[in-house]
Amino acid sequence: MIDILDLTADVLVVGGGPAGAWAALKAAQAGADVLLVDKGYLGTSGATASAGTGVWYVEPEAKAREAAMASRENLNGHLSDRRWMARVLDQTYANINELAAAGRYPFPRDADGAELRKGVQGPEYMRRMRAWLKRSGVRILDHSPVLELMTDATGAVAGVAGHRRQIDQPYRVRAGAVVLATGGCAFLSRALGCDVNTGDGALFAAEVGAALSGMEFSNAYAIAPEFSTVTKTAYYSYASFYREDGTVLDGAGSQRGRSVIARELLHARVFARLDKADAAVQAAMRLGQPNFFLPFDRMRINPFTDRFPITLLLEGTVRGTGGVRIAGEDCSTGIPGLYVAGDVATRELICGGFTGGGSHNSAWAMSSGTWAGQAAARHATALGPNARRRKLTAAGRTGLRPTGAAADTIAELVRAVRAETHPYDKNYLRRGDVLTASLATLNEHWADARAHLRGADRLASRQAAAMLAHARWMYTAALARTESRGMHKRLDHPESDPGRRHRLIVGGLDELWSSPDPVRPHTPLDLAVA
Amino acid sequence: MIELVSRGRCITCDRCIAACPTNVFDRGPDGVPVVARQSDCQTCFMCEAYCPTDALFVAPNVAPLAEGDPLRDEQYLESAGLLGSYRAEIGWGHGRTPGARLAVGPDLHRPTATTPKGP
Repeated sequence: MIDILDLTADVLVVGGGPAGAWAALKAAQAGADVLLVDKGYLGTSGATASAGTGVWYVEPEAKAREAAMASRENLNGHLSDRRWMARVLDQTYANINELAAAGRYPFPRDADGAELRKGVQGPEYMRRMRAWLKRSGVRILDHSPVLELMTDATGAVAGVAGHRRQIDQPYRVRAGAVVLATGGCAFLSRALGCDVNTGDGALFAAEVGAALSGMEFSNAYAIAPEFSTVTKTAYYSYASFYREDGTVLDGAGSQRGRSVIARELLHARVFARLDKADAAVQAAMRLGQPNFFLPFDRMRINPFTDRFPITLLLEGTVRGTGGVRIAGEDCSTGIPGLYVAGDVATRELICGGFTGGGSHNSAWAMSSGTWAGQAAARHATALGPNARRRKLTAAGRTGLRPTGAAADTIAELVRAVRAETHPYDKNYLRRGDVLTASLATLNEHWADARAHLRGADRLASRQAAAMLAHARWMYTAALARTESRGMHKRLDHPESDPGRRHRLIVGGLDELWSSPDPVRPHTPLDLAVA
Repeated sequence: MIELVSRGRCITCDRCIAACPTNVFDRGPDGVPVVARQSDCQTCFMCEAYCPTDALFVAPNVAPLAEGDPLRDEQYLESAGLLGSYRAEIGWGHGRTPGARLAVGPDLHRPTATTPKGP
């Protein structure tokens, strides 16, 4: 092993998906010296890079903006906040236009030559972001997972410790401020691009005292061909769904009928065929997202004429809206020096308890990234050069520093967490007694992991700990919300309870807690309901 | 999962080793990457996109293929036009139009109303 690499930065960004890339860019534009570290590679890491996504890009016209904000409020359980939606619409509009000009992203054009800026292709988007960051002076360390945060004597976040896995070298960064942009948690479900999303940032944040919000909204499942990873649920709005014998599966659908598919999959196979797509739609699908067709082309399946088996892959808090609670408009966390952006942060502020397509998610990533990066730069500037001379204390616990004899239980722990989070009859079709039993099992695993977990692969140890913590926060919140709201559906409480129109904060590591958090009223309707 | 690194096509540029987000490759003794951790492959196809000589092939399957599967056979993949097919579709490579420039997808909110045709 090579000696430790010691680095300094004004702003340290953890994670190289869109949120981290925008945070780094905006911090650099604000004059900060920026270092971005990613577990994988900025350009391919995360849920966006390997896919394609719509963008919540709405012209700044009052009527269009009003319609955009109103469109999801029923679905999301009225837990979003108009003030945040308006800010995100403004910021996204500005950022996408900047991506077109300074970022040189090649948007498609309509017949009149005007650019269509309502979506991006993942590989191209993230390739352009990487080049743009380099031009802006951001240093990038790929394949350098963070393992833990470091704090100063006051408890402020002052750096990170990690490992450069391709050269087996530990590293440490002293920084004025840290932005976590590590993504959500999909529990190694193999949903496209999501295996790097193991909830690491939420664990780091909780270890320094941050809380989480919306963790009950963590049961998003995406449709994919049974043998494959390619999730693009939106395209299945053109599908019909069938049983193995060829009869139509009544009530099944990509949106409201997804639970019908889940129920059927518990005991039988389900097949799909995109038979509602006409020739024009078929061609547009291929142009819109070529990778959707890779599994079909390579397996010689025609998805428009052949029935093919499908499955539902857990997208957890990648598409679900839960994450680290945001304490202020600058995406601060309540912990000095720590900011969050993208899916590691709660997306409830604009999405409430439900997200369908990716357009809000990509808008959130670039907007929250912008605010977190700018605020981190301001924080670092205010601290001045003293920020780099602080005495640091390592904050990592479970998976790094067991209280008892170390044991490499990573593989069995990952198996156990997956067994409690993936099954449709535990996480999707939720019931109080099942959730209670799952949470008890997970708590036992946590006690054991806290005492013993430490494998030779420290990244894998921390990923296992992070997924385990994530699952416990999810089910704690899911049990506390004794109603159905947004994507959180309780079979034992199928109705929404008007008295529970509030968010839920959860926190803690060894002992978990939850408490209600009121939604700020924003419209006359809300005032009437509240 | 990643199933093929073509020794004939590879120019040992290390790009796939850098680009793979889950770090499945190691550099082999002669510079040609070896798939050292296939079970970590998340089947995201990104290595194919970044390979400048179309030397890699990712089978769409989440599990490793059996010995003798045609999707592990370079000659078959080449003749079927599958080597480099993803990179071509996203328009990466010299002289191609970026796929992003053409990426106008279907309307995702109002599918054409037709009844399923049955089996």
